[in-house]
Amino acid sequence: MSALGVLLRRDLAQMFGGGRRGGALLPVLFFVATAMLFPFAVGPDPVLLAKAGGGIVWVAALLAAILPLDRLLAPDLEQGMFDQFAVRGIAEEAVVAVRLVAHWLSFGPPLMLAALPAAALLGLHADTLRTVEWGLLAGTPGLAAIGLIIAALTVSLRAGAALAGLLLIPLAVPLLIFGAGALSTGGASGLALTAAISLLLCAITPFAGGAAIRAAREG
Amino acid sequence: MFLGLTLARMEGCRLAVNDLACRRGERVLFRGLSFELKAGEVLQVVGPNGTGKSSLLRILAGLLGPFAGTVERSGAIGLIDERPALDEHLPLGRALEFWARIDAPSPPAPNLGLGDLLDVPVRYLSTGQRKRAALARLLGQQAAVWLLDEPLNGLDADMARGCEQLVAGHCQAGGIALVASHQPFALPGLKTLAIADYAP
Repeated sequence: MSALGVLLRRDLAQMFGGGRRGGALLPVLFFVATAMLFPFAVGPDPVLLAKAGGGIVWVAALLAAILPLDRLLAPDLEQGMFDQFAVRGIAEEAVVAVRLVAHWLSFGPPLMLAALPAAALLGLHADTLRTVEWGLLAGTPGLAAIGLIIAALTVSLRAGAALAGLLLIPLAVPLLIFGAGALSTGGASGLALTAAISLLLCAITPFAGGAAIRAAREG
Repeated sequence: MFLGLTLARMEGCRLAVNDLACRRGERVLFRGLSFELKAGEVLQVVGPNGTGKSSLLRILAGLLGPFAGTVERSGAIGLIDERPALDEHLPLGRALEFWARIDAPSPPAPNLGLGDLLDVPVRYLSTGQRKRAALARLLGQQAAVWLLDEPLNGLDADMARGCEQLVAGHCQAGGIALVASHQPFALPGLKTLAIADYAP
């Protein structure tokens, strides 16, 4: 139990400390920058932006989820950290589960904060913003989980980084449909479905990720 | 009390392989390999590059599945390979501290000439310094069975003697060591195993 606490501390220090995993700030800045580009591209029509703004925030969040993928697991595998965990009897599943928690903490809440300036840039209404924030709270754990599974699957591939981005987009479509769909229906059912998908993804991530890391070691 | 803890962890350690075979890709590297190591014994695996020394160590560590045969282990495994498993961007002291926390309760690691390097980020360390850091991590782990893959690589003559003494001390305390190295490893009572003899 205490070993997992030590692991979580290391993961959080690496993700928030501007360590080698790119830090938590980079995806957030990318998210705001993407949201900022849309008014330039489609013009400053406040009606159009307010209508499309919620969806734009979701697309920006999805794109920001791609950024940290190649630093999530690859450095630890290259440095032999996973081998050292294994000889100490710390399962890959436990390491991946801890990493999922740390990854979401460095990705979900900062993104929800950054959605505030993004909403201001797009001129979103207060109730739209509320739905977006609830949606991000329900959806970002799922995005983090998909990202971690893909990072584990592509960890031993040479072109892993580019492939990881390409793989994440289709897998994140269900989250996008229900999360952004809640904006137009205004109902809680979309949010509930988003949260359900997130829960399912978070539950399978440690096992899928652990198996992928063991397969990469045998390869 | 510390010695008592060490002995308790080393007690009854054993490493036995029976009719082991290893396949990497389409190639069988070795087959029919059997040996047994009891407490206090040290074995050097010798052989040219690519004959399966590292693969044997990874099978013994449980990181690779054997193609055939069985491995029996009792006692915690300590592994040193070509990667130090230390965070590159952290100062050495803090990178070692992480493993000390994982391996708690661990005693203060003996001085391997690392005292001046504790503030230096791991990425600036030389090959030999990384190897020394990995040895410090291994000592802190207090494992009974040491699996050392080319432990002398990059070490200068003095540190190489020091490494041999560490292994000797470990075996005197009742531990097991298995050293894969193409360099001579000077230890009293050292058995050697030429892995090329088991090539198919």
